Amino acid sequence: MKSTVEKEAAQPVNGGRRQEFISPEVNIFETPEGYVLEAEMPGVGKEGLEITLEGNEVTIVGHRQPEPQIGNTLFRESHDADFRRVFELDPAIDTAKVVARMEQGVLTLTLPKSERVKPRKIAVD
Amino acid sequence: MNLTRWQRPEITTWTGFGPLTSLRDEIDRLFEAPLFELARTSQLLSGWTPALDVFEDKDNLFVRAELPGMKKEQIDISLHDGSLSISGERKGESKHEEAEVYRGERFYGRFQRTVTLPTAVAADKVKAQYKDGILTITLPKTEEAKPKHIEVSVS
Repeated sequence: MKSTVEKEAAQPVNGGRRQEFISPEVNIFETPEGYVLEAEMPGVGKEGLEITLEGNEVTIVGHRQPEPQIGNTLFRESHDADFRRVFELDPAIDTAKVVARMEQGVLTLTLPKSERVKPRKIAVD
Repeated sequence: MNLTRWQRPEITTWTGFGPLTSLRDEIDRLFEAPLFELARTSQLLSGWTPALDVFEDKDNLFVRAELPGMKKEQIDISLHDGSLSISGERKGESKHEEAEVYRGERFYGRFQRTVTLPTAVAADKVKAQYKDGILTITLPKTEEAKPKHIEVSVS
């Protein structure tokens, strides 16, 4: 796959301590108009979402809503850790037109391709 | 002087049986993993096993399941003989059928999880809420099942 490849996530430093993240499960589709990325982040609301576009990278971070700790835990399979995953974008994507939607713990990123993909000129000093 | 042979960066050196070794490691890991982890790994073979939590306080039992991207109507909850069952089916969106799939990690299809409840609950007062892809079921304990404080009187 030449585009929208996943980048190895750099371990972010949080107060000198390494923070643990869970990599969300994703679906990525390509249509003639662009890409659609869906990421599963149960327990993350709209306000817990952080999407950063930097250069040709998009970073998705989902902070879980702190669950009110109720009584005793009898059985537990879910995690507390936040979600994080980094993707490298196809240069054809118009980053100004990226749309994000959050619905029942699933983030849908719509990444449209530019009207025309311009050839890039590199100036030589 | 130290001369090192220049190598084209695009030529990758042969790393031997790289992918094969990692597959073997993966299989080894599978055998070494504790049983509960194995159960999670076997998701690929057996379908979708949403994560489930059970909590309790003085008056209620709480069952929480991670079910991202479902519709309320697709979730089925039933209570029978002290067992709570959560089942349903997640369907893929048909609009993506013609698109080229680069990654398909999300699971579609049926799932079912059942828990045996540790105490008796008032079946008619059970409430369920679905928010941010998390289903929370609140099951009030019956009066008999609630912890009681018994005063000891000394005569």
